[in-house]
Amino acid sequence: MPFSAIIDNLDRFAWGALLTIELTVISLAIGLVCAVPVGIGRLSRSPIIRWPIYAYMFVFRGTPLIAQLFLIYYGSGQFVPQLRAIGLWDGFFREPMFCALLALVLNTTAYTAEILRGAILGVPTGEIEAAKAFGMSRLLQLRRVVLPRAFRIGLPAYTNEVVFLFQATSLVSLITLLDLVGVARDVISDTFRAHQVWIFVGAVYCVISYLLFWLFGQLEYRWSAHLRARPGAAAKTGAAPATEAATAMIR
Amino acid sequence: MKKTIIASLVAAAALALVAGTAAADMKKVKIGTEGAYPPFNSIDPEGKLVGFDIDIANALCAAANFECEFVIQDWDGIIPALQAKKFDAIIASMSITDKRKEVVDFTDKYYNTPTHFIAAKGSGITEFTAESLDGKRIGLQGATIFEDFVRATFPKSEVVTYGTQDEANADLVSGRVDLVMADKIALDDGFLKTDAGACCEFVGADYTDEKWFGPGAGIAIRKGEGDLVDAFNAAIKKIREDGTYKKINDKYFAFDVYGEPAM
Amino acid sequence: MIDFKGYEWVFWEGLQVTLAVGLSCIPVVVVMGLLGAWAKLSGNRVARSIGYTYTTIVRGVPELVLIIEIYYGLTEALQLLLSAASGGEILIDIDPFTAGTITLGLIYGAFATEVFRGAYLAVDRGQIEAARAFGMHEKLAFVRVVFPQMMRFAIPGLGNVWMVLIKATALMSVIQLPELMRMADVAARAVRMPFTFYFGAIVIYLAITVVSLYGLRHGEIWSNRGIRRA
Repeated sequence: MPFSAIIDNLDRFAWGALLTIELTVISLAIGLVCAVPVGIGRLSRSPIIRWPIYAYMFVFRGTPLIAQLFLIYYGSGQFVPQLRAIGLWDGFFREPMFCALLALVLNTTAYTAEILRGAILGVPTGEIEAAKAFGMSRLLQLRRVVLPRAFRIGLPAYTNEVVFLFQATSLVSLITLLDLVGVARDVISDTFRAHQVWIFVGAVYCVISYLLFWLFGQLEYRWSAHLRARPGAAAKTGAAPATEAATAMIR
Repeated sequence: MKKTIIASLVAAAALALVAGTAAADMKKVKIGTEGAYPPFNSIDPEGKLVGFDIDIANALCAAANFECEFVIQDWDGIIPALQAKKFDAIIASMSITDKRKEVVDFTDKYYNTPTHFIAAKGSGITEFTAESLDGKRIGLQGATIFEDFVRATFPKSEVVTYGTQDEANADLVSGRVDLVMADKIALDDGFLKTDAGACCEFVGADYTDEKWFGPGAGIAIRKGEGDLVDAFNAAIKKIREDGTYKKINDKYFAFDVYGEPAM
Repeated sequence: MIDFKGYEWVFWEGLQVTLAVGLSCIPVVVVMGLLGAWAKLSGNRVARSIGYTYTTIVRGVPELVLIIEIYYGLTEALQLLLSAASGGEILIDIDPFTAGTITLGLIYGAFATEVFRGAYLAVDRGQIEAARAFGMHEKLAFVRVVFPQMMRFAIPGLGNVWMVLIKATALMSVIQLPELMRMADVAARAVRMPFTFYFGAIVIYLAITVVSLYGLRHGEIWSNRGIRRA
């Protein structure tokens, strides 16, 4: 089938893809920053901190994103006078973009915090004990030892979360935003060429998703350098025996 | 595994064939409708389809000796669903337009009512030109004649499209959009006269330009099914002549919704 | 308490459909998962590439897009296939419930494929070798030795798939399936109380989550019966 519907509307699709990427990047950035205190708080010794955080994470991981999105966007419409009174209507809840970002951020923070929690628990206790032995304060331990290690441990799971969020932004088309899927529905109602459009959009998401997987795979590779053999360990062609012996001793 | 799948597919096909050939005297016709456009088609608190479109559809089926079954379908997928044969006819206040005629056939119209804007009371919107509505947000149901008209006529306004008319109305109430355009009756009976519609009022004048809004609402049928089109056309004539149409009309409206006799 | 203005019934009706779809999906997910895992682990190159394509597409395309395209596309494709095969005109009507079940089953079957694949690879080689040493041929070894142990490793992963699946049923609302989200939608629009009804839906999803987690914990304990704790 000639892909006329796609080619004629390429500019609209480009804008849609731009919005999708915008939403993804902003949500992930804010979500990651927020997930650190939340994830750490989840492991806090004090129940006053732990329980509300656990409740928040339970709600946002245990319910569908679409329900959260609708609750925030359409639900806020039920309280316009109240929201207006506290000045949150016109600048915030009135705009579908902010409602979408709020829902996405709350959602991804919860999932990322859980990943971070698992990752922090996976940091070898020996390293933490060593940090304590050095006299590092809790904060310094976190900053220098625990978190860097936790990020590395959690990276594979976080990669999944990144791709999931990227695909989940498609739901904002249901609250009037013109992301890639929103544009797709518009183009379909114009041209009636549903299959062409969905296959095209599916392909775009596929390509970008696998690009993200590859990108994060590269990051994983760089960050696990310390777990691989040192460079030059295998190839010893032409190295002088003396140097070889010397390097062998150092290793 | 593979063999079982093929076997069950063949069984399903055989079943469908048998069910199909065991047809009664009356032709079975499935009618697609939205169920979210009061007073023409909506779902009552018991979950039943009601409205002008539904009553007209039932009357037409009786007149054409069809056995009709309704299928609910979201508006923006209603034509693709027709083409995917999920139903055989669309009776959902779908306006006859050239753009749609490229992909489906239409029967003669079965009603025609004008289009109108609504806005919040005291909005102060009195002029309706591309300039005066610069920057205003206009809410519309997507995939409608209203969307095409507004996009072309008011290019400086921000167009926000919704899946259903109700969602557009709800956002007018909450103030997310400044104006909503739709069928005058759907706005009046379906919204302004309800509790939620107390906030808003009609603004501006009727829009009836046939170039944008077509001759009226018709029944959409897949291309190549001329018999079905003719059958419905004959049925429409019949119920207009024998008074059934007037009875249904008067049940819902205080005036004649058919409009000028066209064609 | 809260006035639902006569629309309380939507929660019950929606919940029933949500659970019905979720439970009906389970066989489809398990079958597709086993098929996919078999394909990906197969020595046959064609089977492997089909398996990989399957999981690649499902992992790469958002569920919303898959659901919409499969709902319309599947019906048309089946109709075309059967019409061509039989020479006549076959009309298949797949109602939203069946379409939803098949769609979700296909999507989460891909997730299950990864779970089963990992579970299979986790079974100790020694067990298979011992079975062979006893003279069991491959099929018998699979049924008696590998499969039961595979299930033990698969249960946590399948549990996760269930948790995601039951939440994904909410997306079925876009193909007019009258599940919980859609019903909450209907009520919310009818009485203009969106927050109330969506909040109610969220509470019910939470309840489903709690019950599922409880059931899964017991499932894990049961499937690990007789295993020495490390």
